[in-house]
Amino acid sequence: MANLSVNIGNLQLKNPVMTASGTFGYGEEFADLIDLNQLGGIIVKGTTRMPRQGNPYPRMVETPSGMLNAVGLQNKGVDYFVEHIYPRICDLDTAIIVNVSGSTIDDYVAVCERLNPLDKVAAVEINISCPNVKQGGMTFGTTCTGAQSVVSACRKAYDGTMIVKLTPNVTDVTEIARAAQEAGADALSLTNTFLGMAIDVERQVPCLSTITGGLSGPCIRPIAVRMVWQVAKAVNIPVIGLGGIMNGRDALEFILAGATAVQFGTANFVDPQATIKAIGYINDYLDRHGLDSVNQLIGALKT
Amino acid sequence: MENKKHILDFTLKQKLLLGDNYALLKLSPNKGELPPCEPGQFAQVLVPGSKNTFLRRPISICYTEPNENLLWLLVRRAGEGTAALCDLCEGSKLNIMLPLGHGFTLHRDGTMLLVGGGVGVAPLLMLGKVLKEQGTQPQFLLGARSKGDLLLIDKFTELGEVHITTDDGSAGVHGVVTKHPVLTGGNIAHIACCGPMPMMRAVAALARRQGIDCEVSLENLMACGMGACLCCVEDTADAGNVCVCTEGPVFNINRLKWQI
Repeated sequence: MANLSVNIGNLQLKNPVMTASGTFGYGEEFADLIDLNQLGGIIVKGTTRMPRQGNPYPRMVETPSGMLNAVGLQNKGVDYFVEHIYPRICDLDTAIIVNVSGSTIDDYVAVCERLNPLDKVAAVEINISCPNVKQGGMTFGTTCTGAQSVVSACRKAYDGTMIVKLTPNVTDVTEIARAAQEAGADALSLTNTFLGMAIDVERQVPCLSTITGGLSGPCIRPIAVRMVWQVAKAVNIPVIGLGGIMNGRDALEFILAGATAVQFGTANFVDPQATIKAIGYINDYLDRHGLDSVNQLIGALKT
Repeated sequence: MENKKHILDFTLKQKLLLGDNYALLKLSPNKGELPPCEPGQFAQVLVPGSKNTFLRRPISICYTEPNENLLWLLVRRAGEGTAALCDLCEGSKLNIMLPLGHGFTLHRDGTMLLVGGGVGVAPLLMLGKVLKEQGTQPQFLLGARSKGDLLLIDKFTELGEVHITTDDGSAGVHGVVTKHPVLTGGNIAHIACCGPMPMMRAVAALARRQGIDCEVSLENLMACGMGACLCCVEDTADAGNVCVCTEGPVFNINRLKWQI
């Protein structure tokens, strides 16, 4: 058995395989099908200061090798999370990471302050990349000043490990990555979904209620790998890779490109056991290549 | 009905083509027993070998034969994924997650009418079986475009009285299901309905006007089928947007904010 543990800032994960926010609920939904304690981490659904109903139906459409979604951060708010969900999941033997979203900087700060005292929350992931909300979300993540303003405000409000989740919908993702690093991010995760659109040609209407939505699934993987590779070279904090990872082989693409850990997102919808299978695959891969630790693979791409 | 979810590999034991657009798939798990399923629950089926589809297909559980360890799925050829399922050969392997969601209420008092249209008749077969087993005699009202589109009529007839409507009048009462006198005869206490959305809305409106308790089974577009993606939401009077996959797919019409 090779050593699979990796470090994200001060946070040690038992292995590099995590689940992406908004694709795994609070973990409990999957408990019949996998042992949650085997995961490196669970990034729970995007949490906001106040409850949100999200966008109207329809919110999803299947696309070639992927899907578009326009959920719009439906969640019951941070108070509900702290009072009802946290007590149920805090004893899991995996890193519980809370994805934090908001419409204003004050919203982000309020959620961070509420989470700061919870010792079983291993980290927060600041989401400045949601493409499906009218205010906040991705608008903060598409400029260096926007990213910096949110990240530096959250840095003051949260003492633990802070991951910043980046959007790919920018001209140069490395600029935003550097801005987030300078503002105090301990790690970066990328990519969130790509802004996309699909049309019902017979009815001549958009497939989504919001017209545009976020594209995910293996169709985005090559672009996400490229962005992770660029960002990993541009910053000196850990990068967490995501975007269309379906299995252990895909996860290793991101790790070789420079990611310290990975997140499985849309894959959870197709195969709820994909994460657990990938952990086994990565372990076998290390054995097969005569390596002791997954850390030897991070950024090990030969060019 | 909080029965545990499973992901199992199945083998297609028998396929019956029904008309041009439907296939009845009889499947058996490769290992172990078929998990207990409730009428109205559904399965998420991975389409094997499909290059053009990606997500699982949510399919109603049509019927189970526990003694034969068989699961029946009735599939309508709607798009590429369901077409691939209809075209499978006997002996094919399928990966299926089940049982999912909450099914129909099993009423013991008062006459229960099971109203189905098109492929929506699927879950009513299992519901009829369970009702009959518990000693409640169900009645069925089944609608189709034409006589050739009526599905599984022989099986329904074994379970209870069957009323039929067809759009073209080739069998039963001419017209849509809401034209059938059984719906307005005053003898029905509960309705369980599954079919196209316009049909379910029309049945729900008629039920509400007459004060008949009514449940409908929704088929909102979904990705995960287990409450994680939050895509299949339906607006409810008591809780706002809820997932059809976990809170439903069966809802009492009083929970829904349908303008009927």
